[in-house]
Amino acid sequence: MSIEVNGKTLETDEEGYLANLNDWEPEVANVMAALEDTELNENHWEVINFLREYYEEYQIAPAVRVLTKAIGKKLGKEKGNSKYLYELFPYGPGKQACKYAGLPKPTGCV
Amino acid sequence: MADFEVPELKETLEIPKYVDGAMAHSSPYIAKAEFQEDLGFPGELVENWQQVALDKMTDLRTRYRSFQVFLDICVKCGACTDKCHYYIGTSDPKNMPVARQDLLRKVYRRYFTFAGKYFPKLVGAVDLTKDVLDEWYSYYHQCSQCRRCSVFCPYGIDTAEISMAAREILDSVGVGQKYCNEILGKVFKIGNNLGLPQPALADTLEGLEEEVEDDTGVPVKFPLDQKGAEILLVTPSADFFAEPHVDGLIGYAKVFHEAGASWTMSSYASEAGNFGMFIGSYETMQRAALRIRKAAIDLGVKRIVFGECGHAWRVAYAFLNTLAGPFDFLDPRYPVPQHICEYTYDLIQQGKLKFDKSENDHMTLTFHDSCNVARATRMGDKPGGQLDIPRAVIKAVCNNYVDMPVDTIGESTFCCGGGGGLLTDDLMEIRVKGALPRMQALKTATDEGGVTHMAAICAICKSQFTKVIPYYGFTMDQIVSVHQLVSEAIILTGAPGDDEPDSDNEDSSDNE
Repeated sequence: MSIEVNGKTLETDEEGYLANLNDWEPEVANVMAALEDTELNENHWEVINFLREYYEEYQIAPAVRVLTKAIGKKLGKEKGNSKYLYELFPYGPGKQACKYAGLPKPTGCV
Repeated sequence: MADFEVPELKETLEIPKYVDGAMAHSSPYIAKAEFQEDLGFPGELVENWQQVALDKMTDLRTRYRSFQVFLDICVKCGACTDKCHYYIGTSDPKNMPVARQDLLRKVYRRYFTFAGKYFPKLVGAVDLTKDVLDEWYSYYHQCSQCRRCSVFCPYGIDTAEISMAAREILDSVGVGQKYCNEILGKVFKIGNNLGLPQPALADTLEGLEEEVEDDTGVPVKFPLDQKGAEILLVTPSADFFAEPHVDGLIGYAKVFHEAGASWTMSSYASEAGNFGMFIGSYETMQRAALRIRKAAIDLGVKRIVFGECGHAWRVAYAFLNTLAGPFDFLDPRYPVPQHICEYTYDLIQQGKLKFDKSENDHMTLTFHDSCNVARATRMGDKPGGQLDIPRAVIKAVCNNYVDMPVDTIGESTFCCGGGGGLLTDDLMEIRVKGALPRMQALKTATDEGGVTHMAAICAICKSQFTKVIPYYGFTMDQIVSVHQLVSEAIILTGAPGDDEPDSDNEDSSDNE
């Protein structure tokens, strides 16, 4: 499978996650979101950018509490919870936001 | 919401009329060659796969007497036919346990029995063709190895063992499941199912320490890799990562804190779950289990306690000593290993924990018995402890508790629908449909008993339910961890406002 971004063909896995992390650029997130009828606003981008920063440091997506805490700090305490994140990413902040951010899908009993 | 039909909840659970081939399309993603090879399996379908599969079947029949017996003794009485949640939810007759077993049995008969060799049609024996192999891959990934059928089988045939054997055969010919095998690779490379490396784990636990201290004013610790600690806690990595799992982890930490215990987690053995069991591979299961032994020795602990994880507790309770024993270096005065519910229950019995049960008064709880815990293990020193002790813990910390209908709990419990290696998005249809009986029981408990929340002691159950219950009109926050309830109600010594007398705690037996 693959997606077209800025005239380039990027390989994805069966579930639409980027096969090569280095292929990511911001337009990837927009294209993936459009495929799921979602339009990304600046709040989505706060999450996506945090995921990418965290991944760069730790080679894994952040745990839900790490993410909610960070988003609470950036966007205000009332948004630092998973309910808010599910409003942004209804398919699950862990999985959907990771996909847009070009990160691998979290696996395991989650 | 879904590109398949979600079953409807009715007044009572109905056993559907069968629909041939209703789930024949269901088939999970196949593992890539690199993940297969990491586990010692061929990367892709081998050329002489028929012979390899038959040889593997013989190998397993020889190694596991139970497997041979189960292939031979079914009398087609039909007692199991309406017992599987996947049959009830999908109407596909191949999801009747007897039919699922027959997928393997009919090939066994063809090649290994006199009647099957010479009169195959008379005994329903068939050749092992590629179609048969594909059907195995489909339907043995529509079984969560929950063993409910085995409770009702008059001969005690355990479909889970057949299903495990089938998956081992599939792996041996090079057709493995992506979800399980990729995860096992992460356990061996990084230490847990998630692939959470030590620095990320340390950062996550540090964040939890801050959160709990902010919340309670008490510096509850979440120690990692602490040599010389007395207790090693081995818990599913989902407890670090997901909700409501993490609230359970916070509960364990508060209990250890109040008990004054010296405890630690291990970044090397940062996974309680053991997917080696799901794929039926003894060697893989053993390799994963040995990590726990090594961590215990390296850290010099005297006790091992397991967190809330269903199949982990089966592997721990039933197989750990065989796989990774002897554990003669641990303190023999305690169960080896011990379940976190046993640990907390003992402290409650001794009056060492104080609770404000009113903290949970906004909920009416019910408890989902996880299949592996309920049907394959025990807790405490009495039969049925694995059913009674988690409930006793909940009742010690909550005022409102109602059980679901009796034929859906205890040893007759219905699987969450996502166990046995099926907790993956590519199997969402079977997961949603397989949850039907549990959802029906929850609805009954909601309508008749006013239940608002369902507690569980398994990472898979918690993740599965939070994902699938919205399909049935419930909300994901209705699922809680048992130790999350403990966490809410526990009174921490030294917390601001902890000076009122503990008069409302019936379990306390102060005699100082």
